[in-house]
Amino acid sequence: MDVVLASLEPLIRALREGGHTVVGPTVRDGVIRFAELSSAADLPAGWRDEQEPGRYRLHASSGPAEVFGFAASPDSVKRYTHPPRSSLFRWIEDTAVETPVEAPRLALLGVRACDLAAIAVQDRVFLGGRHPDEAYRARREALFLIAVTCSTPGGTCFCASMGSGPRATTGFDVALTELADGFLAEPGTARGRDLLAALPHRPATEDDREAAERIESTAAARMGRRVDLDGIRERLVEQRESPLWDEIASRCLMCASCTMVCPTCFCVTTEDADDERFERWDSCFTLGFTELGGEPVRSSGGARYRQWLTHKFSTWVDQFGTYGCVGCGRCVTWCPAGIDLTEELRAVTEEAGTRDVTTQGTEASATVSTALERLR
Amino acid sequence: MIPVPYRVRSRRPDRADTVTLTLDPVEGAAPPFLPGQFTMLYAPGVGEIPISISGHARAGGYVQTVRAVGAVSRALCRTRRGEIIGVRGPFGTHWDLGLAHGLDVVVAAGGLGLAPLRPVVRHLAAHGSRFGRITLLVGSRTPSTVIYPRELARWARDFDVLVTVDHPDRAWRGPTGLITKLVGRAVFDPARTYAFVCGPEIMMRATASLLADRGVRPGRIALSLERNMKCGIGRCGHCQLGPLFTCADGPVVTYDMAAPLLEVRQL
Ligand SMILES: Cc1cc2nc3c(=O)[nH]c(=O)nc-3n(C[C@H](O)[C@H](O)[C@H](O)COP(=O)(O)OP(=O)(O)OC[C@H]3O[C@@H](n4cnc5c(N)ncnc54)[C@H](O)[C@@H]3O)c2cc1C
Ligand code: SF4
Ligand code: SF4
Repeated sequence: MDVVLASLEPLIRALREGGHTVVGPTVRDGVIRFAELSSAADLPAGWRDEQEPGRYRLHASSGPAEVFGFAASPDSVKRYTHPPRSSLFRWIEDTAVETPVEAPRLALLGVRACDLAAIAVQDRVFLGGRHPDEAYRARREALFLIAVTCSTPGGTCFCASMGSGPRATTGFDVALTELADGFLAEPGTARGRDLLAALPHRPATEDDREAAERIESTAAARMGRRVDLDGIRERLVEQRESPLWDEIASRCLMCASCTMVCPTCFCVTTEDADDERFERWDSCFTLGFTELGGEPVRSSGGARYRQWLTHKFSTWVDQFGTYGCVGCGRCVTWCPAGIDLTEELRAVTEEAGTRDVTTQGTEASATVSTALERLR
Repeated sequence: MIPVPYRVRSRRPDRADTVTLTLDPVEGAAPPFLPGQFTMLYAPGVGEIPISISGHARAGGYVQTVRAVGAVSRALCRTRRGEIIGVRGPFGTHWDLGLAHGLDVVVAAGGLGLAPLRPVVRHLAAHGSRFGRITLLVGSRTPSTVIYPRELARWARDFDVLVTVDHPDRAWRGPTGLITKLVGRAVFDPARTYAFVCGPEIMMRATASLLADRGVRPGRIALSLERNMKCGIGRCGHCQLGPLFTCADGPVVTYDMAAPLLEVRQL
């Protein structure tokens, strides 16, 4: 049953006492970052974000001190399910000694609907094929997921278009919606229900549920961006030879930030350090990604941008039966060139060539670049 | 992603930069493979690369031919008899010889492309009666880069073997120029032909399109695609060609499926 929690303090305490490391949003160097929470006081109450292509700003709000009054942060759940770098094995005395998988019991508090959708996409990518990734499975199964409804979508969000938000409907242990006087909490699993039952609460009323629905519909109507998915899969394939790919590439810095912040991008490469072998995030924006016989297959930037966008909205569907995008907007916000994929999708899939192809400025925002440095 | 230790049972330098290794698992038996499949060979501490399986070793291991072009392939070529390396696989799709039963067969190999085709050719040599007329076309940069020269001579007793080189030396008496020139000299009934083609992409596109022009059905022309591969199991993302993960949906694909993808520049 859904209940109303007056405070998140007992929730955090119960999870910690239950052996979980509780991780949630905190303010670090002017950006919302996921970090360990020791109490509800660590949450960014009263902070608001401002997100636009190539722009992220955080400021204290003058209004009520909402705890979750901001949208997706550069950290996604991917950091925990598919870490940036992990050891595979060491080769010792002519044999491979597998590195034990680190799968800490994390309770992630404040996960957005788009990120839950991204986990569902990752499940298909990592577990759906002939060679399931057991390390992913272990890390993912060790997670306790506490979702929160987005009340204040960012300027770059388009989860409503992708059908993935702003309110979580599945894939969580507990889902919260922040009300004026507490948090509507719905269990999604048996362990979520048990947890809620053990916390101080009052039963939810019809008024609470209506208030939560209002928050959801208001947020859905305030999405900063949208995409039109109708026929997009086919149209991207038809536009493979469009001149617009090179035009976009003339603005793109090939920095790979978009693929790093994306919660679904899964590409990796390997790294050998002495006898130890690692796997780490890689990006289709790098030249070495397709190198073959001394030459990259995708030597032009246009071919690389085409690969990224076409994969997300077309070939991903062929491969995994779902889009590779959940509409979180991270790649738009954290692109130092301010390239907006919703905009580029529209340009490429509408009649190619109808847009004025003058090169826009590629002024990088210092905040964005330095924040990205820390992300790596 | 964890390699299994295999011992280098024998090491035979084929040509200046090419070595054929026979690999046996240190423990147990090697998993069975189908012609056209590949393994990921791990040179300890250096790296791991995809290498086609060129045949069965007598004790059930793999015969694999490696050309030294970079760090990992050089390290693999340097391994000595008795040394241990890592192996994962076999992976990928295979050459389906069953589909060629009763048909004329054209095998076209460019350079090292003969390595993944060797199990096909050996099968054809052993079971010639199941097939129509068989032709093996081989293209190579120079006479000295032709791999498996002794086997080629033996196969020439069983069916037509035509070898062409780009750069002949003084002793060369055979054809020169691109392998596509040999397609015109091969004898086959296009309406009843199956083709196996492997080599550099440009060679495969030219050969396949010529075969198709002569009337071979695109669905009966099999190619083996090469892309950058880090995992071999559809996970690293590097080998994508449109919707395909070349390592898992390939490397062997038919021309009807590959042609529209290979036509797109830098896909
Ligand atoms: C399915 C599949 C099967 C393969 N089968 C075989 C096989 O049976 N035998 C074999 O020798 N190779 C085979 N290859 C190619 C082999 O995997 C590459 O040569 C190898 O990855 C190169 O790795 P490296 O670390 O030695 O070189 P890298 O360090 O990756 O590259 C160093 C330099 O080597 C050159 N180089 C890299 N790749 C190639 C290439 N493919 N061809 C020519 N030059 C290259 C370039 O100049 C490059 O700059 C196969 C590839 C695939 C995808
Ligand atoms: S492509 Fe961009 S908007 Fe879509 S899920 Fe990835 S980061 Fe988010
Ligand atoms: S973040 Fe922007 S500039 Fe960087 S690779 Fe992606 S699209 Fe290009």
